[in-house]
Amino acid sequence: MIFTEKRQGDFMSSVIETKDLNLWYGKHHALMDINMAVPKNQITALIGPSGCGKSTFLRTLNRMNDQIEGVRIEGEISLRGENIKNLDANVLRSRVGMVFQKANPFPMSIYDNIAYGPRILGVHKKKELDEIVETSLKQAAIWDECKDRLKTSALGMSGGQQQRLCIARALAVKPEVLLLDESTSALDPVSTSKIEDLLLELKKKYTIIMVTHNMQQAARIADRTAFFLLGELIEYDNTEKIFSHPADKRTEDYITGRFG
Amino acid sequence: MDGTVTLQKSRLKKQKSVENIFKTIFLIFGMFSIAFVIFISIFLIISGVPAITKIGFFKFMFGTKWASTAAKPSFGILPFILTSVYGTCGALLVSVPVGIFCAVYLAKMAPGPVAAAVREAVDLLAAIPSVVYGLFGMIIIVPSVRKLFNLPDGANLFSATVVLAIMVLPSIISESETALRAVPKEYEEGSLALGATYTETVFKVSLPAARSGVLTSVILGTGRAIGEAMAVMMVAGNVANMPGIFKSVRFLTTAVASEMSYSSGLQRQALFSIALVLFFFIIMINVVLRKLTSKGEVK
Ligand SMILES: Nc1ncnc2c1ncn2[C@@H]1O[C@H](COP(=O)(O)OP(=O)(O)OP(=O)(O)O)[C@@H](O)[C@H]1O
Ligand SMILES: [Mg+2]
Repeated sequence: MIFTEKRQGDFMSSVIETKDLNLWYGKHHALMDINMAVPKNQITALIGPSGCGKSTFLRTLNRMNDQIEGVRIEGEISLRGENIKNLDANVLRSRVGMVFQKANPFPMSIYDNIAYGPRILGVHKKKELDEIVETSLKQAAIWDECKDRLKTSALGMSGGQQQRLCIARALAVKPEVLLLDESTSALDPVSTSKIEDLLLELKKKYTIIMVTHNMQQAARIADRTAFFLLGELIEYDNTEKIFSHPADKRTEDYITGRFG
Repeated sequence: MDGTVTLQKSRLKKQKSVENIFKTIFLIFGMFSIAFVIFISIFLIISGVPAITKIGFFKFMFGTKWASTAAKPSFGILPFILTSVYGTCGALLVSVPVGIFCAVYLAKMAPGPVAAAVREAVDLLAAIPSVVYGLFGMIIIVPSVRKLFNLPDGANLFSATVVLAIMVLPSIISESETALRAVPKEYEEGSLALGATYTETVFKVSLPAARSGVLTSVILGTGRAIGEAMAVMMVAGNVANMPGIFKSVRFLTTAVASEMSYSSGLQRQALFSIALVLFFFIIMINVVLRKLTSKGEVK
């Protein structure tokens, strides 16, 4: 057991690493000394009670918190060894994609939604765009459902389809990391399981970090699970370990539903 | 048990009747406004059609000479139509892009206090009566145009267009700004998360998402420009010439306003016909732009 863990640690390079990460919203200390290394081609789940800082942590990784006034960040986050402070925010965000809790397709056609990111990055040839749109939609397992209506508005799709469209949109810019913030919480079980299958497929190519309130979901698909509580990272380990032998009493209390 | 049920029933009944009263009141008010539109339309048609039939539709609409008080009068309103069209289009050509940029700046980029101050000023500009714009035009714009272009007289189509552009600006700014503010934050976050810069996000996501409100602002602006009489009368020179950029001109509105007080007979009837044409223009603008907005809206 110890042996396998050590071995895993050796050859699984981490894509994102945080070192003593602290974040304040004004006076409110929302993240405290987070040290975390996210391994490549794995699904990492962030769990914890509401308000514990999961979304904040996730949004710090692609610097979406830069938008918010009064945010102060200390510590270091590196993407493949590079401090993300030294990257342009928009370059960083095209490498670290994000899918939100509420599906947010733009009020445009399905095609234009997917082509939006590549166009921003300077792809304008129709043939290239067509290809990107098709592969992205296929990767997000939604191509068959919308290939005949690419020119119709994305707002006419069902909630589950919209969320997969948003995943496809994020994939279209070929990110290295995909962040998902409770992206299935508003969906029915069928759509949810489609997206879970999709994520298991996507982790072959991408590194995935997802926030979820659904313990079963974390247990089902995550390789690693991180438990947050009141801005602190309490425990971070292989998912089976967290769910079978949590090291910390608070983790155990949370996953057995004793609070939160 | 029985008591509470009857109590609830009577409460429901009361709510129902209150609701019905309000419905009726709103219906009556609604009917009033529709009745007014119908009344004005009928009035304009009845008083405007006779002159057109007497003069002849083509002679009236496409005649290039307006000499209503001449010994051998001539009633061609093409000069007025073209002046109104040129003046309105010219004004919009400037005020639509400028207005939209201002709105984008106010809604998405300006720091809070600056935006608040500018918004206050814009609202004030919208509330200034048109005669004040006319005075401003007479005293500032007309002489400047005369000097700038070395003309004998600065009261011309160009000056009128400038005044119209300024007058239309506030409604375009405030209406577009409201539409831009109403764009859901999720759209913008989605765009930023894909690696777009903030400016790209505003122009590629926020503005298209707000297009129906922006188009509405253009409708309002066009309506204000084509219907404006007082201010343009004071700066356009008011001569019934075929329009030229530095010629003294008369608009559809000013043609009616300047002769109505002393008109009689066929001349008076022809003025009503001009009003009818103006009315028709405004309805057309509304219909066309309404169509555009409903097409642009994604459900
Ligand atoms: N923009 C903000 N300004 C000020 N405080 C904020 C802001 N966003 C979040 N917070 C605070 O930071 C803490 C962490 O919030 P966060 O949204 O990260 O929690 P979460 O774990 O994602 O919760 P949930 O599960 O409900 O989504 C909360 O106490 C919250 O009130
Ligand atoms: Mg959250």
